[in-house]
Amino acid sequence: MIDTTTLRERIDAIVIGASAGGVEALSIVLPALPARLRAAVFVVLHLPRERPSLLVDIFAAKCRVPVAEAGDKEPVVPGTVTFAPPDYHLLVDGPLLSLSADELVNFSRPSIDVLFESAVDVYAARLMGIILTGGNDDGAAGLDAIRRAGGITVVQQPETAQTSLMPESALQRGAADFVLTIDGIAALLRGLDGEGPT
Amino acid sequence: MHDKDFEIELRLLIDAVYLKYHYDFRAYAGASLKRRMSAAMIRFGCRTLSQLQDKVLHEPDTFPALLDFLTVQVSDMFRDPAYFRSLREHVVPLLRTYPSLKVWVAGCSTGEEVYSLAILLREENLLPRTLIYATDINGHALLKAEAGVYELERIAGFTDNHRRSGARSSLSDYYTAKYGRAVFDKSLRKHIVFSDHSLATDSVFAEVQLVSCRNVLIYFNRELQDRAFGLFRETLCHKGFLGIGAKESLRFSAHADAFDELVREDRIYQKRAPR
Repeated sequence: MIDTTTLRERIDAIVIGASAGGVEALSIVLPALPARLRAAVFVVLHLPRERPSLLVDIFAAKCRVPVAEAGDKEPVVPGTVTFAPPDYHLLVDGPLLSLSADELVNFSRPSIDVLFESAVDVYAARLMGIILTGGNDDGAAGLDAIRRAGGITVVQQPETAQTSLMPESALQRGAADFVLTIDGIAALLRGLDGEGPT
Repeated sequence: MHDKDFEIELRLLIDAVYLKYHYDFRAYAGASLKRRMSAAMIRFGCRTLSQLQDKVLHEPDTFPALLDFLTVQVSDMFRDPAYFRSLREHVVPLLRTYPSLKVWVAGCSTGEEVYSLAILLREENLLPRTLIYATDINGHALLKAEAGVYELERIAGFTDNHRRSGARSSLSDYYTAKYGRAVFDKSLRKHIVFSDHSLATDSVFAEVQLVSCRNVLIYFNRELQDRAFGLFRETLCHKGFLGIGAKESLRFSAHADAFDELVREDRIYQKRAPR
């Protein structure tokens, strides 16, 4: 088992993917992020593609860390949460964020796999990936890439997820370091309290 | 995860493409390019990018197919209807003051945006005095754009977007349905010039009143974005208009000071008077 002190020092970035039931799940997970978080957090939540997202409005009030929607070629900011905008893939491109309007991946744009796979190229073993509730298998390949790169993988216990297919698919691709209830994931993130961005 | 060898091979392949075919991807954004190249590698049955490079250099059919992989961007007509609504409300009234108009759609790919603008301008009675330059680096895509033929199954989405853009007519006025396809009206095309042009290597070719370049710059790194913004600044007339993608920004550009935000939320800018 990996203890949270090790995690806090090791993890430079956290990527989170969710679909159906995701707003409720994120409402428990994201407010658990400590104010003195060192890692950068990136979130893909599947949403209707044709409407502006309200995620920043919803979560800014609930979170102890700054929350924003990604803009193209903006710098990655440690200790903050960045959401993928609707109808764009979000990629991490070295020290910057990059967006793409490429075709849908797993019927989704933004796609969790696209975010996770780009983040692995940048952070490798210093990345944590979290798969939450959802009704398709987006994210399974991305989480597998994180596992193969030696990063930390976290999956919501399928039986406790509002929609279990996404966590089930992620677990079918391989074991996760942590399979936790949503409160367990919140507790794990709370343990990342540290010195803040460096 | 892409290993170090992949990164090395990617640079070599990009250089090979530039040296042999003069297409310059050297300043494209790395993450998207890597993703597309990985997909291309699988599509062409290659185990490594070095194998793909071998094909690109020695098999004449490979490069055009690879170019499609790297550049074709499928958009929708009237994508982001709010952008077109803002053009109608804030830009069209000023465009009316010009006796003749030139519009540049940079990176037009298969033409959806070009026809959207042509239809909007016709609805606003501006098309008869307008010439639209539609440019792209991909000749294949330009041919498709010029044909103006789209799958009928995409039309419902286009129609919905068009309506939400503040339409003054019905989209069905502009196409004929044939064999599962929608063929757009040739009279629109009379006002469009399709041409090969690279934002990475070519210069400006006309003075225009409006540049629309949406979701093209996201594939460029900041330096190449800056080059493109420089071209737009140069090509635009005094107080000309620039529209970019909903999540793109002029903020990090050296040319930010050359433009005013006209409609911030829809990314419409106006060129400032020189000081």
